[in-house]
Amino acid sequence: MARLIDLLEAGTMVAAQRPWPRSVVEAAAWKYAGEQLAEGHWSLLGLWAEPEQVHMALREPASEQVGVISLACPEGHFPSIGHRHPPAIRLERSARDLFGLRPDGLEDTRPWLDHGCWPGGGRPEAAHYEFLPVEGPSLHQVPVGPVHAGIIEPGHFRFTANGETIVRLEERLGYVHKGIEKLMAGRDPTAAARLAARSSGDSTVAYGIGFALAVEAALQVPVPPRAHWLRALMAELERLANHLGDIGAVCNDAAFALMHTHCGALREQVLRTAQACFGHRLMRDRVVPGGVAVDLDDAGEAAVQTLLDHIGAEFPALVELYENTASLQDRTMGTGCLSSQLARQFGAGGYVGRASGQDRDARRRPGYAPYGELEFAVPSRMDGDVNARLWIRIEEVQQSMGMLRQILARLPAGEIRIDLPAAAGEGLSLVESFRGELLTWLRLDAAGRIERCHLRDPSWFQWPLLEAAVEGNIIADFPLCNKSFNCSYSGHDL
Amino acid sequence: MRKLLFQNLLRPPLTEPAPSPEAAELAALAARLDCAALQRLGHSLAIRQVDAGSCNGCELEIHALNNSYYDLERFGIRFVASPRHADVLLVTGPVSRNMRVALERTYAATPDPKWVISTGDCALDGGCFADSYAVIGGVGRVIPVDLHIPGCPPTPTELLRGLLTLLEAPQAAAEPPTTAP
Repeated sequence: MARLIDLLEAGTMVAAQRPWPRSVVEAAAWKYAGEQLAEGHWSLLGLWAEPEQVHMALREPASEQVGVISLACPEGHFPSIGHRHPPAIRLERSARDLFGLRPDGLEDTRPWLDHGCWPGGGRPEAAHYEFLPVEGPSLHQVPVGPVHAGIIEPGHFRFTANGETIVRLEERLGYVHKGIEKLMAGRDPTAAARLAARSSGDSTVAYGIGFALAVEAALQVPVPPRAHWLRALMAELERLANHLGDIGAVCNDAAFALMHTHCGALREQVLRTAQACFGHRLMRDRVVPGGVAVDLDDAGEAAVQTLLDHIGAEFPALVELYENTASLQDRTMGTGCLSSQLARQFGAGGYVGRASGQDRDARRRPGYAPYGELEFAVPSRMDGDVNARLWIRIEEVQQSMGMLRQILARLPAGEIRIDLPAAAGEGLSLVESFRGELLTWLRLDAAGRIERCHLRDPSWFQWPLLEAAVEGNIIADFPLCNKSFNCSYSGHDL
Repeated sequence: MRKLLFQNLLRPPLTEPAPSPEAAELAALAARLDCAALQRLGHSLAIRQVDAGSCNGCELEIHALNNSYYDLERFGIRFVASPRHADVLLVTGPVSRNMRVALERTYAATPDPKWVISTGDCALDGGCFADSYAVIGGVGRVIPVDLHIPGCPPTPTELLRGLLTLLEAPQAAAEPPTTAP
């Protein structure tokens, strides 16, 4: 069995890409990578296209090697990876929608992001989407969305049920596709970073960091240490706010409003602290290529410290409340179980993966500054149900608070931003958003403008797992399962 | 749980006073709207939120309106699960081409009288997504808009101020007080 690095070195290495190699390979090597994925030796980090070219980011867990392989497809088609490795299916359908490259051998030829509404045609079959057939006695269908009952993003869920029990869920996404990647092309990194920060509102800091790291890798510029630490501070505040909101919201979907009220108040306090420190509640546009846009002053440090003391005093009582409310746990335990086998196959990150036996965390491996200097644990559980995903969030709240305390204690002094040169290069980054691992790949042209940028939200490898996790559950438990996954629509649809 | 509930009895509420609507905006809105219809609703508004292409940032802040600090329901404003129960559509996002039909159908399903509030910078004119092949533009390109709340995203306070402006428009329209017949 060849190692990933051998495969990369056997192709034509692209000198410009950093920090991990990219190699242009032949179809045989592309197919070989597909075999390795299907057999579970490697995991898929992303698959995206350009005109007449398709790229695939891979990781070999045994060696922690990360790399990108590229295949030229001048005739407009390429050997399908999704044919044997299901996590690639939706990525390949999207590549076909956006760049017209046909995945050879992929059984599912339906469009994904293209709903037949874009000017200039698109795919003719997109206008009439066919859901997969479900056959059997006493089955009925329940269509839900794209406009949902709550204050959430749009997507369509097609349930097939036998009585109350879900026999199959099929998702249809792409409703909020805004063409972000194409909009980025031709812009300078600072302008494009504003678009990256608007890919998924709840992960705006994580997207900002991912994009900035990719630009900085491409240009090989060293960012001041203080900027890295401030980014981590913002990222952990964002994680804290999202997890607190989710813990309350999951309980609320089990009709336990008390937890929602208390967690909502804590979340609000995190956002107000962010406003006080960085001038924006979601800290949008505060991470910029080259550093950060706003420095943290003494008053800001004191505000974060006060916040941590407050949450530290309030949160344990809420954890106890969850632990001691049997009627609530009756809803969350054993509900929406995701097997560790599926989580592993899809390389699911974040609380979805960690609640099903995975322990991947981009902050640790491959790691990025300043997390190598911070002490933290990556919680993991085996049960894979709603309860487990809730517990992972609870433990991550505790870990993030610990990290924030370390950052406050050891925040280095100095510059927060450097100017970027206008030069060519390619960069790849892996960043841990609150949902999981986010991949950013980009290429800058000679004038330093974005030629092509690809953002792969962690939700790409979590949405399909939701379909599996709800099977056999009752329809009434779907909101609970869905909230415990809390996948991004906008980050996925782009 | 009992301990937590008892503690809450002894604590002062987190809820903050309402922001007051901007006078100029209120007057302009009062002049523009069918205030008689709005008056009939009294101090009650049912809102259906529609994400027509947002990044989810606006949704997060709209959610925050329901937390203890802003406590939207004390004003008689509440979110409802269906457009058929709604007086107001609160629409976010640049309207993506893939959401156009859903937005039009949601508008059609909302009974008259109805009002539309576009929320967030993208909802005004498409914002930073305006040039995309996949985006139509502002909400006003698809359905008529009565009020816009700017921001990226607007803060809960700004959202609340916008909603209260709509609620108070009939009173503003009635001023200066006319003599009784």
